[in-house]
Amino acid sequence: MKKIISLLTAVLLVLALAGCGSKNNAVATDGSTSMNKVIGALGEAFENQTGITVTYNATGSGAGIQAVLEGRCDIGLSSRNLKDEEMVKGLEGTVLAYDGIAIIVNPNNPVSDLDVETIAKIYIGEIKNWKEVGGNDAEIVLIGREAGSGTRDGFEDITDTKDKCDYRQELTSTGDVITTVASNPGAIGYASLASVKDTVKALKVDGVVASEETIKDGSYVVQRPFVLVTKKDAALSENAQRFFDYITSEAANEIISGAGVVPAN
Amino acid sequence: MHRRFIKDLLEWIRNKNSKTYENIIHGLFLILGLITVGCVVLITVYLIVSGIPAIREIGLIKFLFGKEWASTAAEPKYGILPFILTSVYGTAGAILIGVPIGFFTAVYLSKVAHKRVRAVIEAAVNLLAGIPSVVYGLVGMLVLVPAIREIFKVPDGASLLAAIIVLAVMILPNIIKVSITALDAVPKEYEDASLALGATPTETFFKVSVPAAKSGIAAAVVLGVGRAIGEAMAVMMVAGNVANMPSLFESVRFLTTAVASEMAYSSPGSLQRNALFSIALVLFLFIMLINVTLNFFLKRDKEK
Repeated sequence: MKKIISLLTAVLLVLALAGCGSKNNAVATDGSTSMNKVIGALGEAFENQTGITVTYNATGSGAGIQAVLEGRCDIGLSSRNLKDEEMVKGLEGTVLAYDGIAIIVNPNNPVSDLDVETIAKIYIGEIKNWKEVGGNDAEIVLIGREAGSGTRDGFEDITDTKDKCDYRQELTSTGDVITTVASNPGAIGYASLASVKDTVKALKVDGVVASEETIKDGSYVVQRPFVLVTKKDAALSENAQRFFDYITSEAANEIISGAGVVPAN
Repeated sequence: MHRRFIKDLLEWIRNKNSKTYENIIHGLFLILGLITVGCVVLITVYLIVSGIPAIREIGLIKFLFGKEWASTAAEPKYGILPFILTSVYGTAGAILIGVPIGFFTAVYLSKVAHKRVRAVIEAAVNLLAGIPSVVYGLVGMLVLVPAIREIFKVPDGASLLAAIIVLAVMILPNIIKVSITALDAVPKEYEDASLALGATPTETFFKVSVPAAKSGIAAAVVLGVGRAIGEAMAVMMVAGNVANMPSLFESVRFLTTAVASEMAYSSPGSLQRNALFSIALVLFLFIMLINVTLNFFLKRDKEK
């Protein structure tokens, strides 16, 4: 009991501290966990140039959008396009970059190319064994993300498998997905291309390798936008506006590419 | 400046009237003590207030006994029976494995072990207690989950079994430490009398010391239950988190992980968020129940 209370108090305190307000004129960003790498790199470069700090709160796309709406941060980060009901509330989205969602399997898996339909069939449980798609005789283990995750949302949207996926595991971070797929020979999962490491193999989709070029020209179809969310009718603070202009300028493209995603501007 | 002023003020009051001084100090302590009570009340009220609406909207029976949870589906379903059963089975499993190991370790350390051996093992137990749960989860994910897959030849090792094993290890320190305290408190005369009557040391430990310490040991078990049912992080990393009805080798979701994994993404005010608070309320009631049981054992111990 005491433990729980102390824990809750601690959580409250942390939340209070972490709640992103524009203290010391820092630029506060809040949202998609998938955008960690790109915003981290951009924030660092911006701080080196101007001395203005950029804070980033990894809460998830929905929470980030909510934070902008409630004025708890300057720029919200969403790894999906804004929904109509969010636009109606006076929010505006600016695409910063495109993120390819890589379909990953264990490196020992002989399968290396699937089409979107097959991937969808695998995820809704119509195809259960790797030998049906030219692999070993092993059960397919579906690894996914938790309900509400931007990556899951993006993946299920693109493959049209919303609410139909028959997951074996629902993990709460991209890192966990990669670790799990890397350790299970029968596993298939999805993760931001930016975070995919050598420990897993990214599949070709419809014969197209997931890469910066194929995402930019649209031939790699499993991709989604990284969106900067702002209020339509309220001006950004001076520092936030500078950051916004900087990251949407061409000067930032190199850094965005360096973070493994494809710049939109 | 302020401190000086307060000090002077207190000094003045003390010189003038020592009773007022005492009263002020007592009042101060009372306020500090009430902070804790205030936190409990605040949390309880908050949980009840934010947990009730969703239960009302969904219906108590449908909520508690619904077998399907699909909070983000087009036609959302909010049945938490899988979570309740998973939490109960998971905790029961952890107790089944953890209690025998913890209990015998405690008997050994308290009664049999050489002083130096005891010091080493106790240090290890304390260390085990201090390891953050995310580390348990990580090790479970990287070592235990693949091991279960290999040993039992199942397609994936993230399962109720993995969670049970992790929880069993996590509750060991609680069980061992509380049991040792209870066993150490058994008066030496009891044991001496038993030995003098010709009982062997082993007979003495199990027929005299353990029964004399049974309330304390029961309290240890209840504490273990409390820790196991409330654990979220470690379990989230090894259990797979799919809202299935519990089965040993299936991916499962606990009450704690159900709240933790969806809270970040649910939008405030939505039925999903409210339902998560309702789950927290159910969990809270479970923990209250455990506390009542714990107090019952501790009180019985004192009355003796």
